[in-house]
Amino acid sequence: MKSRREFIKISALGLGGFALAGGAGMALRTALNQGMPGAAELTPDLTRTPTYCEVCFWRCAGWVYKDEQGRLWKITGNDDDPLCHGRLCPRGTGGVGMYYDEDRLRTPLMRTMENGKQTYREASWEEALDFIARRLKEIAAEHGPECIALFTHGSGGEYFSTLLQAMGSTSVAAPSYSQCRGPREVAFITTYGQGLESPEITDIRDTRCLVLIGSHLGENMHNTQVQEMSDALAKGATIITVDPRFSVVAGKSKYWLPIKPATDLALLLAWIHVIIEEELYDKEYVERHTYGFEQLRTHVRSFTPEWAYGITTIEPATTRRTAREMAAASPAVIIHPGRHVTWYGDDTQRLRAVAILNALLGSWGRRGGFYMPDRVQVPQYPRPPFPEPARTWREAFPDRYPLADLALASGICEASIPGATPECNFKAWIVNGTNLLMTLPDQEQTKEALRSLDLVVVVDTMPAEITGWADVVLPECTYLERYDIIRNSPARNPNIALRAPATGPLYNTKPAYWMAKELAVRMGLGDYFAWESIEEMLDWQFKELGTSLEEMMRTGVKNYPRNFDDIYFADGRDIEFFTNTGKIELWSTTMEAAGFDPLPVYTPHEEPSEGYYRLNYGRAPMHTFARTANNPNLADLMEENDLWVNPVVAGLWGLKTGDYVRLQNQDGIVSTFSIKVRVTERIRWDSVYMVHGFGHADRRLGRAYGRGINDTELMSRVHYDPIMGGTGMRGNFVTFILDDTGKEARS
Amino acid sequence: MRYAMVIDTKKCVGCSDCVVACQTENKVPIGYARDWVVEVTTGTYPHLQMEIRSERCNQCENAPCVRCCPTGSSHYSTGGIVLVKPRRCIGCGACITSCPYDARFPHPKGHVDKCTFCDHRIKEGNQPACVEVCPTRCMYFGNLDDPGSEVSKLLRQRRYKTLIPEAGTKPHLYFLT
Repeated sequence: MKSRREFIKISALGLGGFALAGGAGMALRTALNQGMPGAAELTPDLTRTPTYCEVCFWRCAGWVYKDEQGRLWKITGNDDDPLCHGRLCPRGTGGVGMYYDEDRLRTPLMRTMENGKQTYREASWEEALDFIARRLKEIAAEHGPECIALFTHGSGGEYFSTLLQAMGSTSVAAPSYSQCRGPREVAFITTYGQGLESPEITDIRDTRCLVLIGSHLGENMHNTQVQEMSDALAKGATIITVDPRFSVVAGKSKYWLPIKPATDLALLLAWIHVIIEEELYDKEYVERHTYGFEQLRTHVRSFTPEWAYGITTIEPATTRRTAREMAAASPAVIIHPGRHVTWYGDDTQRLRAVAILNALLGSWGRRGGFYMPDRVQVPQYPRPPFPEPARTWREAFPDRYPLADLALASGICEASIPGATPECNFKAWIVNGTNLLMTLPDQEQTKEALRSLDLVVVVDTMPAEITGWADVVLPECTYLERYDIIRNSPARNPNIALRAPATGPLYNTKPAYWMAKELAVRMGLGDYFAWESIEEMLDWQFKELGTSLEEMMRTGVKNYPRNFDDIYFADGRDIEFFTNTGKIELWSTTMEAAGFDPLPVYTPHEEPSEGYYRLNYGRAPMHTFARTANNPNLADLMEENDLWVNPVVAGLWGLKTGDYVRLQNQDGIVSTFSIKVRVTERIRWDSVYMVHGFGHADRRLGRAYGRGINDTELMSRVHYDPIMGGTGMRGNFVTFILDDTGKEARS
Repeated sequence: MRYAMVIDTKKCVGCSDCVVACQTENKVPIGYARDWVVEVTTGTYPHLQMEIRSERCNQCENAPCVRCCPTGSSHYSTGGIVLVKPRRCIGCGACITSCPYDARFPHPKGHVDKCTFCDHRIKEGNQPACVEVCPTRCMYFGNLDDPGSEVSKLLRQRRYKTLIPEAGTKPHLYFLT
């Protein structure tokens, strides 16, 4: 019987590769001495290399510069890029830190037993890949290839996805769906027959009224949107921000609605009520394009601003005034759908209300509202068709989450625990560029799944928590050291961008495309990666797109004209929407058929009990998720998260700014580390707030280890969205533990 | 010629891009910074106001750091930019103490360091790195002696303030409010 997988602290090992942690200069010399691929590339030159950013998912295009010594120096935006207009955000500007981080993974690692304890040993690529290929083939033969899943959040995932599909599995999941934007996609697809894409198709540049609900643009550094919001502000646009916290954008808003947490849907219904009762909606648009208006009118009749006042604490006059402000700007108004929207478990319904409100104001398909995107279709390098999978990821959750349109990371995790759904248990995971322990709520479930699997392969640049659960750790080189897939972002105009290596890979690291191809060859699936070199494949694709690798090396970005003049709906013309009725469905036939409320209904959510506070979390502009806390440049801007506490609450507990506290949640879970208190008027008295992505527990993350609290470990209560399986994470409550033993734990 | 920087606090979101862009452009060692972000919130929940400022050396016309420098290392350069000649600096720190804006720091190489308005970039016709990177385009750099420059126009059209004007330093960072 095989022993159960334990978490291994990579730090506990005296591995040769790790002992070299002597700063980046040392690292470079090491590469030279050992004649690694880095050496040949280190010829001094000041030329720039095109890239697109991998520090977040936005993927802005930029240029990587080297200094006179040939060392990576700085990264700046590409002026021709419609996503960044030559201006990267702080994370992109600090992207060099990913390369120079001395804590990077340096060589393949394999799990082994030593003196009765599980540990890692260094391995050659040959040995690591042979082992993975053999185990994958064995597992596929025994349980079927469908039981192999890929979790990915990064460009390299594309290659592993090809590998998986070549094997016969379609279980490719990104936490960006069920832990983030999934509910809004389902809400908009059921309403408009079309999702919101990434980057979103919000026409913020030309809007006259931007409504943000719990979305803290400027703190979440979605570059294009932040830039366009600044332009819109300069042109006099109104911003209405709904947030229990005085966010940065709340400080720039004409109206800040300090709503009671978890009551947004009541406000949305009251706004819809006002828009309809005062006949402020776009009558021509509603009549021509929408389905179910009369049912909606009847549905919201009783949802008056006075009704909502008792729930949201927003005064009725404010609700009316802001509704009128939106209507005055119509159709150049955006009720922003947000991005991380998995909050309370009824998120799809809340986002349906957002979709409905936009439809009433006629903003979908209109200038200053939502534009219709266009994108390049990147041709597929010739390869055989994928085999038909015997099962899909969907069958892991019979009768649940019927409207999920993408694989659920949390669902696959659950289905990896034996007994949950035995007939379609997952047996092997490949995890690329996502630290699942800090991404998925309910850590115990994640750990139980990890213990149960037959094979865990982690591909990453950093020794994040998930790497401690791998059987094999494959060190990926950073985006600055590799080619990658062609970026083809949806935008106002089709566009592509190239990522090329500015230097060779440091240490014994490799690009994902190389790993996936090597595995495929070993598994007899080499035909799916038929290209000789990545340059050859990219050049073939670029030539199909009317350019070449050589030209793209000089320009980095290529913009194309739109295929049709259809960025906005033409006035007085009927549109066929991809819904059951061909109309914008205010009253959703899909929801009704699946057994859900066809119109959104407000349901109250649990409130904190005495002495407890709702745990709210968000983003900081200089960090991405849990993946940048150890980046030397970005850690220098923000090295730990702090806990926002209202002065009234601080007074009750005797807390001062700078005190360290630990937190305990409603289920008795105590945070591993402590967090610095920030007493501020910017937060309500019924909640506390922290930035997500800190409190790393892996000692190999020298800068990030033990700094701040990991909010994810306190999210033991998950409110699943029954419609699509999103994991609502804002129903957790915490209280303070006033000693600072957690702080000692990090020394 | 009189160089100045105008920063629109209404646009700034405090993302610190200016800080990291300066650090990489000028190879400022990790742990040090030539510019930084200040957030000031006033009022009581929910009646609050916030101002966010990207701050750096004010390139003062009447600079205490230049006056107190015993070696002449701190000096006025083209366009009124206050610069440090590292080789002449003995690291005594008098300038650090004299600066009302706390804009100077001891560089690990032994000299004092501060914002240069990226004079090496200006000479080549570029903008300072912080101005060029800002995603909200809240920063403007230019010549105050040219009435047609964007900075001159903004100071004519908008309300603005300078920091600690009572110190008499005649600062040349202007914050639109």
